[in-house]
Amino acid sequence: MSLLEIKDLHVTVGGHEILKGINLTVNPGEVHSIMGPNGSGKSTLAQVLARRESYEVTSGEILFEGKDLLAMKAEDAACEGVFMAFQYPVEIPGISNAYFMRSAVNALRKYHSQDEMDAMDFIPLYREKMKLLDMDEKFTNRSVNEGFSGGEKKRNEILQMALLEPKLAILDETDSGLDIDALRIVAKGVNAMRNPKRAMIVVTHYQRLLNYIVPDFVHVLVNGRIVRSGGKELALELEEKGYGWIEKAEPVSA
Amino acid sequence: MIAPVKELQTYLETFSDFERVAVGHDQPWLRNLRAEAFARFCQVGLPTTRDEDWRFTNISAIAQTQFRLAAKTTVAKDSLAGLRFTEAACQLVFVNGHFAPELSSLDKVQKGVTVNGLAKEIAAKSAHVENHLGRYLNIQRDAFCALNTAFAEDGAFVHVRRGAAVEHPIYLLFVSTPTDAPSMNHPRNLFVVEEESQVAIVEDYVSLGDTAGSLCNTATELVAKDGAIVSHYMIEREDKQSFNISTLRIEQGRNANVASHSVLLGGGIVRNNVHPVLAGEGTECLINGLFVGNGKQHLDNYMLVEHAKPHCSSRQFYNGILDDSAHGVFHGRIIVHKDAQKTDAKQTNRNLLLSDNAQIDTKPQLEIYADDVKCTHGATIGQIEENALFYLRSRGIDETSARKLLLMAFAGECLDRMREDSVRSSIEKLLNGLHFSSGAASNLAPDGGRNWQEVG
Repeated sequence: MSLLEIKDLHVTVGGHEILKGINLTVNPGEVHSIMGPNGSGKSTLAQVLARRESYEVTSGEILFEGKDLLAMKAEDAACEGVFMAFQYPVEIPGISNAYFMRSAVNALRKYHSQDEMDAMDFIPLYREKMKLLDMDEKFTNRSVNEGFSGGEKKRNEILQMALLEPKLAILDETDSGLDIDALRIVAKGVNAMRNPKRAMIVVTHYQRLLNYIVPDFVHVLVNGRIVRSGGKELALELEEKGYGWIEKAEPVSA
Repeated sequence: MIAPVKELQTYLETFSDFERVAVGHDQPWLRNLRAEAFARFCQVGLPTTRDEDWRFTNISAIAQTQFRLAAKTTVAKDSLAGLRFTEAACQLVFVNGHFAPELSSLDKVQKGVTVNGLAKEIAAKSAHVENHLGRYLNIQRDAFCALNTAFAEDGAFVHVRRGAAVEHPIYLLFVSTPTDAPSMNHPRNLFVVEEESQVAIVEDYVSLGDTAGSLCNTATELVAKDGAIVSHYMIEREDKQSFNISTLRIEQGRNANVASHSVLLGGGIVRNNVHPVLAGEGTECLINGLFVGNGKQHLDNYMLVEHAKPHCSSRQFYNGILDDSAHGVFHGRIIVHKDAQKTDAKQTNRNLLLSDNAQIDTKPQLEIYADDVKCTHGATIGQIEENALFYLRSRGIDETSARKLLLMAFAGECLDRMREDSVRSSIEKLLNGLHFSSGAASNLAPDGGRNWQEVG
């Protein structure tokens, strides 16, 4: 069974149709990249997968491990194993990173009828994952994303992913605003999590990130439709030629 | 502003019965103080919304009730078990304003500290009581303070000797009990903290059962002498149909450092007055408050900060969380007197409205008569941010828990200012026990929209 099946997905935001019939199948272990120009609907797709309610799905379906993802609330999708690394991680003053992540880890454990972790058990695990992302331990007690640099915020997203161990990770423009060092650290963290059971969808505007996180498949999203799908070489072609040549192409099924 | 005749008649009868037999009726200074205060109460009458200081709070429900003094009674010790702050070593319990030694534990009182019921100190003709009681509270303008003073008899008395540092907070539990007819009680507290000493005192107001329609009108005079360091906590968690009026009058000497924390969770109509006078040079005052209302609660926070001497600083931080049809008021008045040069006064009021029917009135009022001062104020009104809520939910945290986390984070700003760990964690537990009814239908700041609205 496929991990994720998106069938003829149409999505409207504020009366405008943004996604106009997306078809995509993702199997465990695969890394798919969704590329496309600004405004093509990439982030909308990511948000719908993470079950943001302000996006209205007008038709189509999404199956996650055969279950109806569109019937799930955001928290249930997360507990089922869907994770989105935010393009713009949210600052939450007054809640520490460690407390936030322990709450999240315990929410998942509870969902799967496992015992909750207390701080004593959690902190060593948290520190271990922080090392993977070269994050300073001082972040543990700081408020969620508050006062973080762009790079720190993105690393914090990957740290969360490392702790929650999702089946499907969606990286929404995780490369935007990152310098090359930060990009390498983030990619290292992501690559460390690649395994035959976990799939990833890497949403990006630029090919740059794909030098570090090498995808199995590349899909080009233009004006709410996937207009071309291919291997990793498609990304290089896009880098070279830009999106102009492909924008008038006919939609294809992935 | 005169109370209706019928109600005044009840007060008059109650007072004449009271003053004949009250503890200290044979001490002329106290008899005079009570008589003067009662006369003043009759002249001033209870305030109406035409009074600028009461513009946002309609107390006609109080004005139209014929209250009788709550009978002196006691309660079973077991019934208080779930209400007490268990961490507190020294606990005094007051039932309807009367000290109940049998329910209190005073065995851990430290050397250099006197903790007692005020009535006992009055009976013992304590010089501190005669020197300080009624000296600071404004009975000329404030009807509730006048009423409290007229009926001043019992409450808590704390004296801290010069240079003593009291290790554990002194915990005062004020219990209101149900009565057949509308009743009132007037706890009167006097805290005298001598030079260079340090203490933390918690006033905690609770109901034991249904005390709907009863009035607890409490007044505290807190004297922090030169160099004293004092933390004061006022926690209101009475029955949500009862009335609670409280006044904390702080007199601060030179270099004294006082922190006042108010936490309003209960009560139907609640008015909390905090009135520090920075009467010595170099004093610091923190006025920290949190009010959390739901249902039809009305929670009014009235601050009057008087800077009387140079080089003093005051900080007001109040956070409000209002759900359902609750109504909150923040009225922050700062007076900088002519001599109070180099005053540094700051005032911040932040509010979260969880429903469309919740309401907040926030009013800064700065009166500055000195020319070299720094005074700032700011107020914001907002909703729970949809972005933040989604972020938490996208990590697996269910909506109810996510909402609560965000509210606790907002309340946490106030908790973080509380120095005493044991008190802070007790208050945190109280907050964790609160339920917010507003579910999915509640107010959310629109995604990408402007969440906080600056006002004032």
